[in-house]
Amino acid sequence: MERIWGRIWKLGDNVDTDALAPGRFMHRPMAELAAHCLIDRSPDFAANARPGDLIVAGRNFGMGSSREQAVQALKERGLQGVIAESFAGIFYRNAINLGLPVFVGRATDLPDGAEARLDADAAVLRHAGGAVTLEPLPGFLLEMIRDGGLVPHLEKRLAKEGR
Amino acid sequence: MAMTLAEKIIARAAGRASVAPGEIVTARVDLAMIHDSGGPRRVEPILKRLGVGLWDRDRVVLISDHYIPGDDPDGAAILSLTRDWARRYGVTFHDGQGICHVVLPERGHVAPGMFITGGDSHSPTGGAFGAYMFGIGATEMAGVLATGEIWVRVPYTIALDWQGQLPRGVLAKDMILAMCGRLGMDGGRYQAIEYTGPAVRALGMQERMTLSNMAAELGAQAGLIAPDQVTADYVTAAGGDPGDWQVWQGDAGAAVAERHVFDASTLAPQVAAPHSPANASDVGDQAGQALDVVYIGACTGAKYADLAAAAEILRGQRLAKGIRLMVAPASRRDQDRAAADGIMGVFEAAGAEVLPNACGICAGYGGARLGADIRCLSTTARNFKGRMGDASSRVWLSSPYTAAASAIEGRIADPRPHLEGR
Ligand code: SF4
Repeated sequence: MERIWGRIWKLGDNVDTDALAPGRFMHRPMAELAAHCLIDRSPDFAANARPGDLIVAGRNFGMGSSREQAVQALKERGLQGVIAESFAGIFYRNAINLGLPVFVGRATDLPDGAEARLDADAAVLRHAGGAVTLEPLPGFLLEMIRDGGLVPHLEKRLAKEGR
Repeated sequence: MAMTLAEKIIARAAGRASVAPGEIVTARVDLAMIHDSGGPRRVEPILKRLGVGLWDRDRVVLISDHYIPGDDPDGAAILSLTRDWARRYGVTFHDGQGICHVVLPERGHVAPGMFITGGDSHSPTGGAFGAYMFGIGATEMAGVLATGEIWVRVPYTIALDWQGQLPRGVLAKDMILAMCGRLGMDGGRYQAIEYTGPAVRALGMQERMTLSNMAAELGAQAGLIAPDQVTADYVTAAGGDPGDWQVWQGDAGAAVAERHVFDASTLAPQVAAPHSPANASDVGDQAGQALDVVYIGACTGAKYADLAAAAEILRGQRLAKGIRLMVAPASRRDQDRAAADGIMGVFEAAGAEVLPNACGICAGYGGARLGADIRCLSTTARNFKGRMGDASSRVWLSSPYTAAASAIEGRIADPRPHLEGR
């Protein structure tokens, strides 16, 4: 995974899938849905997030429905990853299956807009003043994320097995 | 090492002697269940991209339920794609036989100790049989169909312990609504719930299924009930093999992360107000609320046991003026059995409409969808805004007893007086 510096977008607890992928744009193309990602929660995010930026959140990130679009909208904005104190189960699975790095850790003490870099291999979030230790992901989940998600990961694996 | 039931099943599926909460393991799937909505039409493009077939067609069960009866062009097209796919891959296919979570165990596919993925959020229903069953999205299901494997973070176990015995007029649906009210929709923290205690043991299989089904509303990954003779008898009668069900019990010293104790003997019938199952409280808090529609349907609330409960109250009664009662039996077999027992006759005599054995308006499909401003009392699992029809419609959730009593009175009513002398 590239190690680039991005800015932190800080969010609180219980960011739900409707905030990430608002129901009223669910039938629209992904570019349009993603342009409204978090519009009701952090109105500047969709317009100003740059590739490589990160979300740092509190508890239960991604609660709500099983819609995979909640992850796709964040990927569409080019996010480097999400660091939260905890994740809702189905969102967490969807994120890994679609190749979005998600790490459990407490980084909410960092200021909004701080420059940071996610080192997924070492499971740390580096910033100007130091580093935050994150819960490491097991190797095969890291590899799945690196491959871009479950489907490309399986493509690679099946090719290796000669299927 | 002492393990909970969930840990034992996952350890076995992962080929390990033991597992501990928080560990991530890869497990072999014993069975994958898919339906017409999230199944063939969503997984086929991914299978095609991967250029593989099914890992084991004998371990895949396809059930059509969401788009049955297919009386509009979109639904008909999805059903025809589903049927073609079933033929092409040669999987077990139950077409138009009822709702997946009810049909799967009814046909003997679920047994204690199994590790099962389902392409639907109410897949925890299989937990009632002491199986570790959970719902996954379409991308992940495609991966399971291609490889027979899935990763899982070993959950910790939350024991929801029901002491005492349920009083007359109170059902499993009231228990689970009460748990939603107390613990909230994330009380399960995507961990494994295990329902325990004498009040759970006293329930028949279909009532246990109601508890496990709504583990989804508690935000848990799975909702288990350790198997006993009741489970084994059901599985055998369904044509399945209960196997060594006695081994699928949590160890006495296993670490349970949380335990919540409930008193069944003091539980009143529960009603959840719009728009969340967590808005549950005693029926008295909502009694008198005027209604337009009563819906007895869904995997949660229209199994044979639910139909029998509703008929107990409706026998010899008529619907209140202005009330529309819709009954959508959860499976064809349950409906046939209810017909043979005179239960379907009770609904007809009361003035109810009988709908197909399908998800219907629970999934927001079909011509019976709730219109603008409609007030509905429903035996389904979810009353999210707009789920069953127009965004201005409102849905209260209850047991089949409370639904039947309310259909007679035309407003939300306590079922207990209706059961006196019955
Ligand atoms: S009946 Fe309702 S809850 Fe059950 S599977 Fe169908 S849509 Fe889901």
